[in-house]
Amino acid sequence: MAEVRFENVTKRFGDTIAVSNLNLEIPDKEFLVLVGPSGCGKSTVLRLLSGLEELTEGNIYIGEQLVNNIPPKDRNVAMVFQSYALYPHMTVYNNMAFGLSLRKVAKAEIDRLVKEAAHILNIEDLLKRKPRQLSGGQRQRVALGRAIVRNPAAFLLDEPLSNLDAKLRVQMRAELSKLHERLGATFVYVTHDQIEAMTMASRIAVLDKGVLQQVGTPGELYDRPANVFVAGFIGSPAMNFFEVTLGGNDDKLYLESGSLRLLVPASKTAMLIPYQGRGITLGIRPEDIHDKEYVPAGIDASAPLRAKVDVIEMMGNELFIYLVSGKHRFLARVDPRAKARPGQDIEVVLNLSNLHAFDTKSEEAISGKPD
Amino acid sequence: MSEVEGTVISRLGQFGAGLRKFAARLPLHVIIIVIALLWMTPAFGLLVSSFRPATAIATSGWWTAFETPFKFTLDNYGTVLSQNGMARSFLNSLIISIPGTVIPVLVAGFAAFAFAWMKFRGRDVIFMFVVALLVVPVQMTLIPVLRLLTDTHLVATFPGIWLAHTAYALPFAVFLLRNFFAQLPKELLESAYLDGASNMRVFFRLILPLSVPALASLAIFQFLWVWNDLLVALVYLQDPSKSPMTVTINNLVSSFGTQWQLLTAAAFISMMLPLVIFIALQRYFVEGITAGAVKG
Repeated sequence: MAEVRFENVTKRFGDTIAVSNLNLEIPDKEFLVLVGPSGCGKSTVLRLLSGLEELTEGNIYIGEQLVNNIPPKDRNVAMVFQSYALYPHMTVYNNMAFGLSLRKVAKAEIDRLVKEAAHILNIEDLLKRKPRQLSGGQRQRVALGRAIVRNPAAFLLDEPLSNLDAKLRVQMRAELSKLHERLGATFVYVTHDQIEAMTMASRIAVLDKGVLQQVGTPGELYDRPANVFVAGFIGSPAMNFFEVTLGGNDDKLYLESGSLRLLVPASKTAMLIPYQGRGITLGIRPEDIHDKEYVPAGIDASAPLRAKVDVIEMMGNELFIYLVSGKHRFLARVDPRAKARPGQDIEVVLNLSNLHAFDTKSEEAISGKPD
Repeated sequence: MSEVEGTVISRLGQFGAGLRKFAARLPLHVIIIVIALLWMTPAFGLLVSSFRPATAIATSGWWTAFETPFKFTLDNYGTVLSQNGMARSFLNSLIISIPGTVIPVLVAGFAAFAFAWMKFRGRDVIFMFVVALLVVPVQMTLIPVLRLLTDTHLVATFPGIWLAHTAYALPFAVFLLRNFFAQLPKELLESAYLDGASNMRVFFRLILPLSVPALASLAIFQFLWVWNDLLVALVYLQDPSKSPMTVTINNLVSSFGTQWQLLTAAAFISMMLPLVIFIALQRYFVEGITAGAVKG
């Protein structure tokens, strides 16, 4: 078990920069999820850590050891691949024992370790089968078992749930979290699915185009995204963005855009004063937009907005309404009893105490904290 | 409608459907059977001739053997088999063919692995060069190689001919195996590297077991080629005590003139072993030709 550190790590493939100046610390026992859209470099980061790719610049430390020039097999990390990569001609037992037998571990010890891992993963009665006789979920467990017996410093998981059906994925998410608890090991997990990130991670690192956007706990990323990208990526359905201008005077600020005119709540005024008279990007999460008839208690309903309903999606416990107002298109998650129908006009209320504001040019969050 | 009637009607329906399917594919079956018969005819004729006495072969076509009077004989086989040195020749053929198959497959295997999965400068250029050697006709190499073998004192020795056969086999073998190895899932090999396997281990414990169809079909191809080879053996293996069956049979013909009856019998004797091997291993052969990516 060990901590992992990336120091100014850059990886170039020819002219393309896959990973750009990454600085990241992963403490021991953490479940860190690397998340981002396709092509953002998250898998490359994992492969750099495993040693399957060589970095162009920078340093990587596992424990306190610099591992730049250490081959994959000596880095003491175990990887679980998206396609599981089980050896098709070997039984489950031999798949799990392969790495150990290569390291010349005693047979009795191998037997003990394999059986223990099989017990943890509940695959004891599958030990004599070959991979082609297993279901997807079972294969994935064998892939995990293969990693567990190695007792590595860190587990590297590359989108392990992508090949499973939706229901199994939900089940395995919980199992992976429990496994992490039980093993007390460092997990570095790569996924493009932000739901997996939010549910399993102790911390999330968001990447876009090779650049680290933000690192933090799921709560931090959700409540205080550092920029527009993170704000729009974390949370499903995604945050709504509006281009608005800050009008009004020193006492009362208004968010204005076309016919839109919303009063900025007191809690946010100080933060936005420096931007008075300028344009900003306003971010509101769909769950902070309520149907006027069904506003939850404690929310200030004095600033309604009139909009036309485009599409509705009934989710059972809530209603998604796609709304249009002038040139703004946005999504609201409202009480399922709301009577919105496509083509109708309804009134919604925005909970501006949860607003997010971003500098239009730099796309960074306006936080009001001194630099 | 009673249950029994219902079952009978549905069974008839199934039968009808099966019959219709068969009828629809009947032209296809007919064409295939005709082609197969056409292909087999010369070989069949040869087989029949091998059982006929010399005079009969010389005077009439083999199809007449099925009219009375039936004149079949085993004399031809007897003569050929009792020739001096036929057993020795069979052994020589084995001694030439087996290493002549195993060595190229192993060497090509190592080379193909390097070309497919190891990174080194000039890899692709060297690979293209090796494959381009396919273009060179065997005949062009006879004199230079003979000179080389003579200079290294390998002429008329078994190791010499093994080397020669290996060299001739490599371009195709490397090409075939490299393409097959390249299709193996990269993650499988990466997983093995992470587990601590060296390249050798990966080759023997991962690549070879997963490539059995390609290796088997290559081995069969190569074995047949070497077993039936006359030219290479004649040129490089000049020692009569080391002649394979092809050379011995060839001598039979030239020393006794055109003795068709002996020739046909000898041909079939020589064909026996490859035929048995092919039929026994034909499953791998078919798999090898149609092998696609391995499912990891």
